[in-house]
Amino acid sequence: MLQFPTWKIALVVLVCLLGVVYAAPNAFERNAFGDVPTGVPGRQINLGLDLQGGSYLLLEVDSKVVVQERLEAIVESARRELRDAKIGYLGLGVHAGVARFQVREAGDLDTARDLARKLEPGTEVATEGNWVTVALSEATVTEITRNAVQQSIEIVRRRVDETGTREPLIQRQGDDRILIQLPGVDDPQRIKALIGQTAKLTFQLVDLNASVDDARQGRVPPGSKLLPSADDQGPPFYVVKRRVMVSGENLVDSQPTFQDNQPVVSFRFDAVGGRRFGQATTENVGKPFAIVLDDKVISAPVIREPILGGTGIISGSFSVQQAQDLALLLRAGALPAPLTVLEERSVGPGLGADSIAAGKIASIVGLLLVIGFMVVAYGLFGIFANLALLLNIGLILGALSALQATLTLPGIAGIVLTIGMAVDANVLVFERVREELDNGRSPINALDAGYRRAFTTIVDSNLTTLFAAVFLFALGSGPVKGFAVTLGIGILTSMFTAVMVTRLIVALWARRARPATLPI
Amino acid sequence: MLKPIRFVPRNAKLPIIRSRLLAFVLSTILVIGSLVAVATIGLNFGIDFKGGILMEVRTSAPANIAQMRADLGGLGLGEVSLQEFGDEHEVLIRIQRQEGDEAAQIKATDAVRAALGEGVEYRRTEFVGPTVGQELIEAGALAVGLALLSILLYVWFRFEWQFGVGAIVALAHDIVSTLGLFAVIQHEFNLATVAAVLTIAGYSINDTVVIYDRVRENLRKYKKMPLADLFELSVNETLSRTTLTSGTTLLALVAIYLFGGAVLADFALAMIWGIVIGTYSSVFIAVPLLLYTGLRRGEDEPSEDVAVPEYERAEREG
Repeated sequence: MLQFPTWKIALVVLVCLLGVVYAAPNAFERNAFGDVPTGVPGRQINLGLDLQGGSYLLLEVDSKVVVQERLEAIVESARRELRDAKIGYLGLGVHAGVARFQVREAGDLDTARDLARKLEPGTEVATEGNWVTVALSEATVTEITRNAVQQSIEIVRRRVDETGTREPLIQRQGDDRILIQLPGVDDPQRIKALIGQTAKLTFQLVDLNASVDDARQGRVPPGSKLLPSADDQGPPFYVVKRRVMVSGENLVDSQPTFQDNQPVVSFRFDAVGGRRFGQATTENVGKPFAIVLDDKVISAPVIREPILGGTGIISGSFSVQQAQDLALLLRAGALPAPLTVLEERSVGPGLGADSIAAGKIASIVGLLLVIGFMVVAYGLFGIFANLALLLNIGLILGALSALQATLTLPGIAGIVLTIGMAVDANVLVFERVREELDNGRSPINALDAGYRRAFTTIVDSNLTTLFAAVFLFALGSGPVKGFAVTLGIGILTSMFTAVMVTRLIVALWARRARPATLPI
Repeated sequence: MLKPIRFVPRNAKLPIIRSRLLAFVLSTILVIGSLVAVATIGLNFGIDFKGGILMEVRTSAPANIAQMRADLGGLGLGEVSLQEFGDEHEVLIRIQRQEGDEAAQIKATDAVRAALGEGVEYRRTEFVGPTVGQELIEAGALAVGLALLSILLYVWFRFEWQFGVGAIVALAHDIVSTLGLFAVIQHEFNLATVAAVLTIAGYSINDTVVIYDRVRENLRKYKKMPLADLFELSVNETLSRTTLTSGTTLLALVAIYLFGGAVLADFALAMIWGIVIGTYSSVFIAVPLLLYTGLRRGEDEPSEDVAVPEYERAEREG
């Protein structure tokens, strides 16, 4: 017990010093050290959104929409191919997750099946009676979904960046989810509004031959569709040609600006888009075309002259904010599929600061109570345990800073709880020492026996608690994870401080004091 | 020199094992009562689990909850509940999940903001959709289940299977009675409560293992002592440690309960209950149960981790 090899002393001192060095930056005001690389001392504890204020959003990519679009594209190419091959067909369309059609002549079935096989790679073609069905293979669906999520993350990142949010965290979660953390944003309404739009922009000609009234009663000419207006003034519906003249994919820039004192959005096409737009406007001078955003007509101006410069203006009855947002959305690009908010948690800066303050008070009060209790119960040995306890808190803070784990409000509770539980290992040892003394051992012998015999108990009891912490971490979400982190780290550090640090202190004290009786 | 105090006298001889029938009756009533409470009254699930909207607002003047309730009740948002939170300036608003998509949820929060008007600080807004709520329930149940299983396996591995059974019964007792408490007092049951339940499990098993450790040690030491007496001795020998550790942990928890803010108060309450019940079950349930599991004395089994004789030998040599 009294023999502490030098390497062990060095190890204990080294670990404690490391803990203090890593923990020290937290004593300074926040961001006092700027950006320090991971692993190097100088980083402060990463505060969770519930403490620093901010928003957490969990989004789901509606990948069904992308799959549906892909199937519709297959239907369109099937229509073309069947026509070219002069095969008569019926009932071509998307039905229950597959594209399908029926051949008129049974003799065409084999030809039609071979033709369907060539439509698109990654599909599974089957026949049943006169029906030919084209289904997307599972691998294809997975890939479509993965791409859609990847693309959505990119677009969301661009949109969020455009709003000037500091250090947003945007990452994929699971198969089709996106997690967004926005520190410092306590009202995410604007961001939600921005990511809630797919922002698919198209320019399509208005079908002048169709009547809106007929279309509203379901008589829409083939090749056209009925779209509502986004504008309260003017006609509530338009019939537009399905063919897209140019789409938002070809936009390279878009800015809010003013025209006749009205907020409008200016845009510029890339070379391809400019050429197509120029051609379409040249061919259709005098006719109206619809500017369609997410299947709503923003406006339908008449083409007065060919627009050849590749630039244009979108006017509608926008507010300044709306014009800004639309320009932002067009710049950032369209989402491949709509996003749904599954979960949102926002905390204002006031509550975060209050939580930190309350957490500090609770920690200090808890600490003082435990320290006082230990001194009353164990006297001098209680003081030894308290030294280890303080060091333990230093180590927890150091470990949190070094690992850049996130400290949440439940995490603070975890620390306070650890304060209460950390002394347990010492209590086990001290009680054992008392028993050994009662059994008539000499002080040094009693200390020795106390530490040795309590050791397995300490390991057993702490490991079982650690299991609970591990499962909390693996399966918990957000703040609960934060609790598991501090609890887990606290268990490890308290085992270290009890088994190594207090033991070292006690050994050094016993070596010097050579006690005849133990004040325990 | 500071004079240490022994809270539990040396050679305490409390009739714990002898009172086991009383404890069993009490615990049976507690567990059945809890199950009945959970089944009939039910848990007051927070939005984490059932989905919906939660807003914490702070008003400059003391909040007029009756007025706010009238204002919000007229919005047609379905079930809206208001509750004073922390102090009289703060109100917690819970709104049931709105029919329809995300836009409907945004509309509901907008409507609340419009109805409450200016001069209100929005301290916290949470929205949980039904999909996530269901997943959180599953993840929470899975976490509790796996934690229990791993504890069972660990105790089995380190002791005998009889100890594992005793520990798990005691743990289940703690968890069920904590759920019962939440059903009776109708405090919100949310993610933090699940975390509390798991921590209670971890703490209670910690307590149990410490006593079991002593039982194992005494089983080797006193080969002839009747089991009931041996358990009585083991429980009493560790009683001082059991009460001291529970005491320090309770002190820390009381600090969280009183000063940690309203968000943590329920969490601390669950933990306080859990520590008390967990300590009780470790002493009064987990150990006496060993009498009924057919625990054999390990004398004829060669045991590899016989720490005691090895140590005694080392001591004699040193």
